[in-house]
Amino acid sequence: MEDWISLGYLLSAALFIFGLKKLGHPRTAPFGNQLGALGMLVAVVTTILQMGLGDGIEWVLIGSGLVIGSLIGLWMAVRVEMTGMPELVALFNGFGGAASALVALSEIWRFVEQPADVPDQQLELTVIMVAAGLSALVGWMTLTGSILAMFKLKGGVSIFGKWVKTPTWGPVWLNPLKIMMIIGVAVLIYLSIDEPTNTDYLWGIIGISAVLGIVLVLPIGGADMPVVVSLLNSLSGIAAAFTGFIIGNSVLIVAGSLVGASGLILTFIMCKAMNRTLPDVLFKSFGGSGEKESLTRTKVGSDPDEVAMMIDGAQKVIIVPGYGMAVSQCQHQVKEFADLIAEKYDTDVKYAIHPVAGRMPGHMNVLLAEANVPYEQLIEMDEINPEFPDCDVALIIGANDTTNPAARSGEGPLAGMPIIDADAARTVVIIKRSLSVGYAGVDNDLFYMDKTMMLFGDGKAMMTGLNNAIKES
Amino acid sequence: MNAELLTPELFLIGNITLFMLAIFLGFELITKVPATLHTPLMSGANAISGISIIGALLGANVAYDGGATAVSGILAFVAVVLAMINVVGGFAVTNRMLNMIAGKKRGGA
Repeated sequence: MEDWISLGYLLSAALFIFGLKKLGHPRTAPFGNQLGALGMLVAVVTTILQMGLGDGIEWVLIGSGLVIGSLIGLWMAVRVEMTGMPELVALFNGFGGAASALVALSEIWRFVEQPADVPDQQLELTVIMVAAGLSALVGWMTLTGSILAMFKLKGGVSIFGKWVKTPTWGPVWLNPLKIMMIIGVAVLIYLSIDEPTNTDYLWGIIGISAVLGIVLVLPIGGADMPVVVSLLNSLSGIAAAFTGFIIGNSVLIVAGSLVGASGLILTFIMCKAMNRTLPDVLFKSFGGSGEKESLTRTKVGSDPDEVAMMIDGAQKVIIVPGYGMAVSQCQHQVKEFADLIAEKYDTDVKYAIHPVAGRMPGHMNVLLAEANVPYEQLIEMDEINPEFPDCDVALIIGANDTTNPAARSGEGPLAGMPIIDADAARTVVIIKRSLSVGYAGVDNDLFYMDKTMMLFGDGKAMMTGLNNAIKES
Repeated sequence: MNAELLTPELFLIGNITLFMLAIFLGFELITKVPATLHTPLMSGANAISGISIIGALLGANVAYDGGATAVSGILAFVAVVLAMINVVGGFAVTNRMLNMIAGKKRGGA
């Protein structure tokens, strides 16, 4: 391998690292994604140049493979509805795992058909067979698991026009079975080292791994599916790293293990946010099969640091105070927050005052005036509502019914009540002690929206935490 | 990193070192991520795991150079297509998601 090839791979690995780092922060995330894509381009171009420009049929085939794959991927990415995003990520992930496993299989198949290619060196052979076996285990498991996860996210599958709901099934005896299957694959890999050309072992590994992916995902309910997809994503990275060991390629090892490790961390972060542990998600079958509305809804809680990151760079923030602000007496912290972001990010801060916010008209005006909030920043509901679509963050402090979209439906106790259109903001942050219903006893859909971040806790404690997080960022 | 110049032992140890260091780096890279970014981050990382495209390309090249059989050639070709779907689709869909989340917010500066 010539020097420039290693340098190309080094550059691409560095781009992946910076890209992943930047993807974790709202303001730099799009740039991070572009860095990752650039890293991939560098790696692919380096590889193609290294292969040497022969003028055989292989160029037509490799080129067409690249073009076909790119077009399919692009078409799927552009066409998908925003609601279908997680399914698509799961499917792409399955393809990635399958690609790694196929590369491993292609290498081993060479040995099967041309036994002369089998390395004489015992160490080299052992490394190849172990890595190929692990790549197959993780890769095929990722493929079948991801496809099942995709259908679970959809909630069902259409067979001959008939809608079949994806089952959630996981008796307790399935858990020891999963472990036995993993041991089975390990034994087959061990055996295959002595007989690398034995296809029985090969098919055995592939078959067990594929079934393992299914039984791993089958017991897990729809609500936990994002955690599972994240875990499978981590696994597909590991599969790529193992494939790197087979073909002795550094960029595969680096990028694969980066994704494997950071994907695992992200999985833990997601578990923690849902107040679950990973073993709970994986081995305890519950969570229902994504039945809509009938189950008690849950919402991931955020912490002040996350909210501070969302607010970083926001151009317009609208604060929606409610009874909770009055109860916790946190108007001074709210004022401090507004001053902080106005000074630090040059943010335009306004307050949306609902006529019945709090327990009496003008309750909020009084409290905020006490904290020396300039009067011009307090805007009445009818005036502020058209501004929410241009608003980066709506910060709701202890308000519930006055922001409840259920009021628009014309049914229930809130029917017809004018509300603050906080749900039109790009991100909604709600400080509230729990998900419990408000004064009117109506569940609030706003809490469960994807763009909503819940800060569970006392208004004063949360605002203080938020202010500290902003000062530190 | 030439497999022919290094002994297999050294080559393997070098690769295991890379593997270990990259794992540790990966653990440190992601610390706190706001919930809104969970899906895009997962999707972006997933696109990077499509790096197996490199393995697929190299495998396809060996196969078509006559160094291997038709079957491994076909396997490598399918791997190229699947990996490319993962890579291009993954980065494109992440970009779409991020544009939606970021809205008209100030850019990267």
